[in-house]
Amino acid sequence: MTPFRHDDRSGPFTHAPTSVRDTMRLVMLALVPATLFDAALFGWPAIDLFTVTILSCLAVEAGCLWTQGKPVLTTLGDGSAMLTGWLLAMSLPPWAPWWIGVLGAVFAIALAKHLFGGLGQNVFNPAMVARVALLVSFPVPMTAFVPPKPLFTEVAPGFLDSLSITFGHAFQLDGMSAASALGMVKTELSRGIPASQSIETTPDLVHMLVGIRPGSFGETSVILILLGGLWLLHKKVISWRIPVTLMGTLFVLGTLFHGINPEHFTSGLFQVVSGATFLGAFFIATDYVTSPVSRSGQLAYGVGVGGFTWIIRSFAGYPEGMAFAVLLMNALTPLIDRAFRPRTFGRTRSGAPLPQPPRTMP
Amino acid sequence: MKTFHVEGGIHPEYRKERTQENAIVALPMPKILCLPLKQHAGAPAEPVVSSGKRVKKGDLLAKPQGAVSAPIHAPTSGTVVDITDMTAPHPSGLAQKTIVLRPDGKDEWGALPPPIENPFAADPAEIDARVGWAGIVGLGGAAFPSAIKFGLRSKKPDILVLNGAECEPYLTCDDRIMQEHADEVVDGARIMAHALGVSQILIAIETNKPAAIVAMTVAAAGYPAVVVMPIPVQYPMGSEKHLTKAVTGRETPAGKMTADIGVVVHNVATARAVREAVRFGWPLISRVITLSGAGLTRGMNIKVPLGTMVVDLIEFCGGFKDGIAPQRLISGGPMMGHPLPSLDVPVIKGTCGILALTKAEINEQPAGPCIRCGGCVSVCPCGLVPLEMAAFIRHDNLEQAEQIGVRDCVSCGSCSYICPSHIPLVQYFNYAKGKLNAADRDHRKQERLKGLVEGRMARMEKQRKAKAEAAATAAAAKKAQAAATAAAAAAAGTATAAAPPTETPKASA
Repeated sequence: MTPFRHDDRSGPFTHAPTSVRDTMRLVMLALVPATLFDAALFGWPAIDLFTVTILSCLAVEAGCLWTQGKPVLTTLGDGSAMLTGWLLAMSLPPWAPWWIGVLGAVFAIALAKHLFGGLGQNVFNPAMVARVALLVSFPVPMTAFVPPKPLFTEVAPGFLDSLSITFGHAFQLDGMSAASALGMVKTELSRGIPASQSIETTPDLVHMLVGIRPGSFGETSVILILLGGLWLLHKKVISWRIPVTLMGTLFVLGTLFHGINPEHFTSGLFQVVSGATFLGAFFIATDYVTSPVSRSGQLAYGVGVGGFTWIIRSFAGYPEGMAFAVLLMNALTPLIDRAFRPRTFGRTRSGAPLPQPPRTMP
Repeated sequence: MKTFHVEGGIHPEYRKERTQENAIVALPMPKILCLPLKQHAGAPAEPVVSSGKRVKKGDLLAKPQGAVSAPIHAPTSGTVVDITDMTAPHPSGLAQKTIVLRPDGKDEWGALPPPIENPFAADPAEIDARVGWAGIVGLGGAAFPSAIKFGLRSKKPDILVLNGAECEPYLTCDDRIMQEHADEVVDGARIMAHALGVSQILIAIETNKPAAIVAMTVAAAGYPAVVVMPIPVQYPMGSEKHLTKAVTGRETPAGKMTADIGVVVHNVATARAVREAVRFGWPLISRVITLSGAGLTRGMNIKVPLGTMVVDLIEFCGGFKDGIAPQRLISGGPMMGHPLPSLDVPVIKGTCGILALTKAEINEQPAGPCIRCGGCVSVCPCGLVPLEMAAFIRHDNLEQAEQIGVRDCVSCGSCSYICPSHIPLVQYFNYAKGKLNAADRDHRKQERLKGLVEGRMARMEKQRKAKAEAAATAAAAKKAQAAATAAAAAAAGTATAAAPPTETPKASA
């Protein structure tokens, strides 16, 4: 008997200190600043919903794993369900009722993830499937945004009040709701008020960048999301390709059409800083499982998400198009992966061996 | 000189500091040497000695057989005690015919071929022959017989690249050879260049070996044709085709050799061995290897007689750390090396390192599901999509795996190294390549068989035709003759008209 392990395993016999768990943790860590900011901005009801959504995701994941006979605790420990819950919560109106979070968890984890085969097998981004399914099914609570009501200020509900908002019926839509900037422009356009005019009533650039504006829980602070995104770039968890092409496309299309018709189209800058653009570009569209794996494919994908987002925002019935755009491009990801392959060493792009270069004989 | 960009690659923890500063130490002659007959790529050598034979250092023990093979010489003087089946230093752990030599401690040289006095004036064929005689193989690990690579002269290469990249973690033997024997390496390279008929020698060294770069630059100073090129630290820079791309900018077309684009690549240690064979008539009977890994009491670079048992080397390094067996014992580097089946296997020509690796160093985890992070795609130096190939292979869909390039994979292990789900990607690819090659062999066999059968059928058909033709001509000749006879008879008049044709009975017989 040999004292050490011997089998016919191929190398390498060393491994980078990487794991799925670490990756998920890094992404969640990157979300912390933006999350804390919006938790403070929207107060206890937002924190309640955030907690409910994540716990529901973990519970649904555990249930799905258990019914399939897969290991429950180790898989829960990889953090993927928690991250899905986190991202879902960040895409919900902060004062939405508890059942939105619970239903969202079922859509995201059971429907979008486990029905497709679990981690790594899903075609569509689970958080976005849930958001879109909720938005289509329950348009009223899913578009009921609140103006900022920072924690510990007079306008903010206390913890006990928050419980009745999240779990009861205390949230009265008429009295408290506010429109997101994108929503406002869309509504006004439909009433015949040009975008160039309605844009005046949206929060100014500084408020948009800092994040003091109505919006989904977690999407408001451009600066803090950018901070998290840059950190992920630095840590090489994500690459620049999808965020840059996505926002670039949105900016270029926005600027171009704003130049042509400012009455109908908002500016490229407004397109980029409003809505879920930053959150989507850095944290949603970059989801590993549902985005292309090759570099060129990622560029194409980013352009696609940016393009579809702009089209939906500008022409469709919904004010925000990021989630739809992501899902549309998710569906195209297998095709993109097939069409955009890296060039193989020693071969041309079409796969034929490189031609032998002419040689000058010495 | 300018280096060229090579895509992909990884920057593993190199862990070379354990042995980088340790000068090469000669191992005292072990009590027993075991020399497997297959220490090289190609056919095993054939023994020319028998049990009980006394041999001197450098005497031929086994001669090459076949086109790709290499001879084996006695690493020291002593007695052949046995030629028997022994566990080979191969992951299979299968036995292989091995010559067992008991050194007599005298280390007496036998008769050697005379030195080639001025190699630069020698006929290249003479150098080929000497290198072939010496049993020199690529010492970087692949162990391909070097003399065959000298034959690439026919492709008229213009650049000799000397591979001093040593991109595998842990290994420092080439580094030490370049530091301590720079002049010899440069001399060997120049001899190789003369034999190959090339005018330019590029010595590629990764920048994590600054002392070697300095030593080699000094040694090369007198020769304008020899250029030392520091290259970026990027695994797998030592891969022949990638190194060629990095230092010459030439990319080898798929399915071709670097020689097809004018470049021949040799390892630095091989250059030194060539020099010794040419200038002193010494065969390849020892090599420098690195012993390292956290599982070893001390890491060393050791000059080892071929055939030395690994157990003797471990002992020379102070044994396993704290007497605890490491998790794995690896021959070669941790990226592309292979696990050794036991301590009782010998060092062969292709062994460049023995690593005793602990659990922490290996960091082996159970494989999880692929999360499509694309890490494998961005590090693949061959521009492949490892996750997709693995998915096809998992479903035993080898045709599609082949279509997307599994055969272009060099098994460098970068993808497996980086995979956050710890999927053993290289394992999949090696499996697929093995299966595809076996299928190819079967296919070739069938084709050959088909060719033979068809050939036989064609021959039979030809024979049948020839027979029929012969019969037809014979019949025609008969007819003609019969007609002639008849005509003659007619001409002879009515008197003989009643007589039967003379040939008829014979023809019917």
